[in-house]
Amino acid sequence: MIEWLENLGARGLSILNEIGRAGVFLFWSVVGIFRPPFKIMPIIKQIHVIGATSFTVIFFTGAFVGMVLGLQGNYTLRMFGAEGALGSAVALSLVRELGPVLTGLMVTGRVGSSICAEVGIMRISEQIDALECMAIDPYRYLISPKVVASIISLPLLTAIFNIVGLMGGFLVGVRLLGGSEGAYLSTMKSSVLAADIRMCFIKSVCFAILIVWICADRGYWVHKSRNGFGAEGVSRATTHAVVISSVAILVADYVITSLLL
Amino acid sequence: MTCENCCIELIGIEKSFGDQKVLRGVNLPIRRGFTTVIVGESGQGKSVLLKHILGLIAPDAGQVIVEGQDVTRLRGAELKKLRTRFGVLFQGAALFDSLTVFDNIALPLRERTRMLAAEVREKVSLTLELLDLSGSEDKYPAQLSGGMKKRVGLARALQLNPEILLFDEPTTGLDPVRSHEVYQMFNETQKKLGYTSIIVSHDIPKIFNLADYIALLHEGVIQICATPEELQRCEKPLVRAFVERVMGKMYSSEIEDLELAAEL
Repeated sequence: MIEWLENLGARGLSILNEIGRAGVFLFWSVVGIFRPPFKIMPIIKQIHVIGATSFTVIFFTGAFVGMVLGLQGNYTLRMFGAEGALGSAVALSLVRELGPVLTGLMVTGRVGSSICAEVGIMRISEQIDALECMAIDPYRYLISPKVVASIISLPLLTAIFNIVGLMGGFLVGVRLLGGSEGAYLSTMKSSVLAADIRMCFIKSVCFAILIVWICADRGYWVHKSRNGFGAEGVSRATTHAVVISSVAILVADYVITSLLL
Repeated sequence: MTCENCCIELIGIEKSFGDQKVLRGVNLPIRRGFTTVIVGESGQGKSVLLKHILGLIAPDAGQVIVEGQDVTRLRGAELKKLRTRFGVLFQGAALFDSLTVFDNIALPLRERTRMLAAEVREKVSLTLELLDLSGSEDKYPAQLSGGMKKRVGLARALQLNPEILLFDEPTTGLDPVRSHEVYQMFNETQKKLGYTSIIVSHDIPKIFNLADYIALLHEGVIQICATPEELQRCEKPLVRAFVERVMGKMYSSEIEDLELAAEL
């Protein structure tokens, strides 16, 4: 019984320890953004990695989510004789929820895992130690450009997701199932308010920080985690990173929605 | 400081990993301008000792004095400043594997100095020439042989003109020709640049030719730190046993070298 309690306590302490370490990690990563020398090239490179290369997957996810919304919405709304509200339904669900959340999840899967693996491999092959020995701040050099790049990329990707989704909804709801074009466009325009766009933007910025924070942190401290050695340690850290940041995105989504609604 | 001529002094360093006590009170002076070689069997904590000097690991007890400052008490900017005096060649060279050879060597200059791109290019090409690496600047570390990796690592470590160079197993995993190459480049650069160096190695007795001082790490304690001659004359049973074992090896490795020379 005492042993069980001891284990529980040790587990609790190690979780607290990890959370504290992650907090310090975020702090230094953000501080690193404002530390000279300022370089634009690493940020552009990361925007390419995080943003540009995610375009295809965001495009297709957005298109099919919009199309499914058009299909389901048309079917459901017709039961109430409210097909005209399809534009409004698709637009609001995309802008408020699905756009930022699904973009966040897709980017986590695509980029978060690679950030975690990259940083983790640099850690286990002593490359981060080498940076420290050269008195190069690893946060500023490695993590901060990723934070900036993802804060720039995610809102843009979310915007693309929304637009493509709206077009997908239009394609299915109006062109395929013969809904009213005017009704779709006008209800879409009138129902989406500036506050909705703002919420969408805030969410995507928060998710951007969450993704890089959690994934880079898992990789950076891979050697401190249990059995965090070698390739297996990195692969475990990557899995953890993706799971934790996906859940964190959904939790944060609830929190932000409840605060802003 | 107790030692006049020392740039680094380790005092009573203790370190455990879990239940395993690796270092049990290490005392070691490193004299300025000389080469100190730390020898000992694998797993005795030699690399851990180097990491203490760099402040990458904090000791459980003891002090690491570098140029009058206790590394274990330094934080942030001060530690960073102190580290600019060091050049480090890691065991696996620790090259940035997604950067080319050129970018690897240029990184410290780009990040730590305000040199212009043309100046960086010039300085890096000079170092490449010095270490006989010209022509490999566009290769990636994965495309290099073990010996070349070490040379790129050394080139990178030399960029900021360090006063103290730390070498973690500079010749592990290299064949005799390559390790000879590494020693040669080492001799040449030290003559030219006059740095203090600390080498962790188990390539004994060959490493003896390079060493001004040899420190034997055994069971978590420095058993002796002396010149190679003094080491051979030491009466301590443990040191005697070590020297005898090594001398036996020296004989066979000379034959090996001769055979190799004949083959070449």
